Amino acid sequence: MTEPDTLARQQVVAARLKQRYAAERRFKALGFVAVAFSALVLAFLLWTMASSAIGGFKRAELRFPIDFAASGMTIDPAQLDSGDAVQRLESAGLPAVVMASAAKALGSEGAAELDSGAWRDLARRIASDPGMLRSTADVSLPASDDLAAGLRGDGKDANKALADRLAKEGKLASVFDPGFMTRSDATEPQSVGIWGALKGSMLTMLVTLLLAFPVGVLAAVYLEEYAPKNRWTEIIEVSINNLAAVPSIIFGLLGLAVFLAIFPNYRSAPLIGGMTLALMTMPVIVISGRNAIKAVPPSIRDAALAVGASRVQTVFHHVLPLALPGILTGTIIGMARALGETAPLLMIGMRAFVATPPEGFTSPASVLPVQIFLWSDEINRGFVERTSAAIVVLLLFLLVMNGLAIYLRNKFEKRW
Amino acid sequence: MSPAIPILLALGLGLIGWLAARSRAWAFKRAAGDVRAPLHSLPNYHGWYVALWAVVPAAVFALVWNSVSPGLILSHVMANPAAANLPAFGIERDSILAEAYGVAAGSAFGAFNPAANGLVEPFREALQQYGLIGIVVTLLLGFAGGAYAFLKLRPDFTARTRVERAVMTGLLLASLVAIFTTFGILASLLFETIRFFGFVNPLEFLFGTHWGPDPMATPGPNLGENYGALPLFWGTIFIGAVIAMIVAIPLGLMSAIYLTQYASSTVRKWMKPLLEILAGVPTVVYGYFAALTVAPWIRDFGQAIGISSASSESALAAGLVMGIMIIPFVSSMADDSIAAVPQAMRDGSLAMGATTSETIKKVLIPAALPGIVAGVMLAVSRAIGETMIVVMAAGATARLTANPFETMTTVTFQIVAMLTGEGSFDHPATLSAFALGFVLFLVTLALNFIALRVVKRFREAYD
Repeated sequence: MTEPDTLARQQVVAARLKQRYAAERRFKALGFVAVAFSALVLAFLLWTMASSAIGGFKRAELRFPIDFAASGMTIDPAQLDSGDAVQRLESAGLPAVVMASAAKALGSEGAAELDSGAWRDLARRIASDPGMLRSTADVSLPASDDLAAGLRGDGKDANKALADRLAKEGKLASVFDPGFMTRSDATEPQSVGIWGALKGSMLTMLVTLLLAFPVGVLAAVYLEEYAPKNRWTEIIEVSINNLAAVPSIIFGLLGLAVFLAIFPNYRSAPLIGGMTLALMTMPVIVISGRNAIKAVPPSIRDAALAVGASRVQTVFHHVLPLALPGILTGTIIGMARALGETAPLLMIGMRAFVATPPEGFTSPASVLPVQIFLWSDEINRGFVERTSAAIVVLLLFLLVMNGLAIYLRNKFEKRW
Repeated sequence: MSPAIPILLALGLGLIGWLAARSRAWAFKRAAGDVRAPLHSLPNYHGWYVALWAVVPAAVFALVWNSVSPGLILSHVMANPAAANLPAFGIERDSILAEAYGVAAGSAFGAFNPAANGLVEPFREALQQYGLIGIVVTLLLGFAGGAYAFLKLRPDFTARTRVERAVMTGLLLASLVAIFTTFGILASLLFETIRFFGFVNPLEFLFGTHWGPDPMATPGPNLGENYGALPLFWGTIFIGAVIAMIVAIPLGLMSAIYLTQYASSTVRKWMKPLLEILAGVPTVVYGYFAALTVAPWIRDFGQAIGISSASSESALAAGLVMGIMIIPFVSSMADDSIAAVPQAMRDGSLAMGATTSETIKKVLIPAALPGIVAGVMLAVSRAIGETMIVVMAAGATARLTANPFETMTTVTFQIVAMLTGEGSFDHPATLSAFALGFVLFLVTLALNFIALRVVKRFREAYD
């Protein structure tokens, strides 16, 4: 081999090596871009929701003074302790007083744009603090939907001009609305709230938990500890694995065809919703439960059996407590998924307009994700921000649940 | 009366039985004069034995009674002369009955319908009567069961083995719930689907190209023309298996490769949970995001490049967002299958002088391919069953087109549309939802079944 030949070969190799390293860097950069893209999308999604949600936790309110002492309203503050304070104030003429004071401070145009139920808000405030009736109070009451739209910058031009004027005078402002967390669904975005849906979600989740957790854990124990290796066991395993992958909407069809046929009176009740979601959550609990039980080392079982425990005692006194953190983690993750589930609940009729929080497991209810879906369908632009606010509340709940699952996993998980 | 009361009563009896039996077991020990005197079972097991006998029969009866008694109450009310002039069938009759029931049960204050007023009293009477029967029989059963078990207690009574046998039965029943659920899904879908095929020819349904059911129209002879589901299947595949996968496969695969092969452990520690968050966001939130943010962009972009048919609901918007939703799923499946490739193969390739990317492209991915393909199949099955994103962003018009800027509808969208409308339960439009659900169920089942087999065989190959 001659000298220049080697040199040429070295050059070729060096050039190729350079190419190969460049390809290596490109590939790595591509991987980084993929991860960064996912992270950016997540950040963008959360940012879109959060920035729009800020407006959803506020509402447009008109601010004006009411001189109760001079209003001529004859009502004894002491009588307001009983439950019918709102009715008493109504018959004492509170709505008229509110309208008159609003007209004085805001002009008749402005007063007309006061929300028609605004006096109820005030009545409830008076009921909790009857002392207000003895003096002049600066009140802030919800504006009408049209004026709220004007303040946002859409809607009719007249409303926009009026909103601009009142806002400039400091009489109209978008203020934090704590009532959003305590009211229920309504037809106007100014007076909606999510408490009804939230309570419905909680009741539904309670039913789901009470049904899916025991059944799931017991099934996991049976399959992992006792089941003989035969065809039946295999069928059970296959059906659990398949159920875990069946689209959620199919469970809704099952709930519609079976549960609603058995309990036709409980349409859109948390009981039926919870039962449907329990069937969906159960396989998740079984699968995570089996993994947790499998992770408990056989030496624990051997030791318990060796000192004379029966097989049931071994499992229930020793294996299950050690596997519990893992099972709970899986359960919380399954419940979080059920909490965000919408489609199966639409199937079983949980999409009705429900303006009062559900009283129990059998009264009509809505749940948070369905409420989000219903609001997102509204034409009224005022619902956009409200929807985002409800989404933020839902995401916070999911975050807390997932955080709890991660905490449990880190705190109690044992490496054997 | 709340249906929970009999159950609570049964549980109360069980508690009493538990305490009584336990103290009886202790009494055996005391009678023997020695607290260490051998009983066959610990006192607690005697307690559980009696408690089970007190609770289980009573609770089973209470549950059965809960589902049977409404029918009995209704027939009792029907026997009343006031029920004679009710309309024979239909919504009016149901609403009158529901109103009267509501007033009688105390959940409503007054009936709107005058016909309901006459029925309130019979309802109240029947409710009381059957409620009383329920409680009495529950208590009797609980007491009889508990007493029977209690009388069997002896120092050498094998309470533990019996309780354990009951526990094993409970475990078996719990695991059978999965089979019952699968069976229930199959049976209910199949039953309604067969009814649907009584109206529409299955071939017309599967291969027809026009979808336009009218839930209000009376079913006529040429019904099948409006029930061709091919456009729905196409829309489902186009959105879920094409557009979503074009987004999810490269991004998910590259994320998995980067996180497993390149990223430092700190980056990995933070990015993996981040991807999991992406998987944990509820689909209704993705749907809202798709409809409100992504879809207008797509429309503007489509119009900017000269596609006049670009609409504010498009297959592209739904598919893109669905793809993003699926990224973590593909990524974790790819992660698993790459991790399952033996380290020796990777080391061998690196030792020959291959760069990391060459090792990944020429060794790891080919070796992990079966697992990755199975993961993609699972991802597709998840995408085609996804409902909320398409309901909120894809549109309602069924059309056979390959233009992603147009609206397109899917199987899941039509299931929701057919079942949340006002149509009656016997109408072919409503039943078609079950037929669509059946097709969806079979397809996802097949995809999952094949994918799980592939994964299993693939794991075995390297074990």
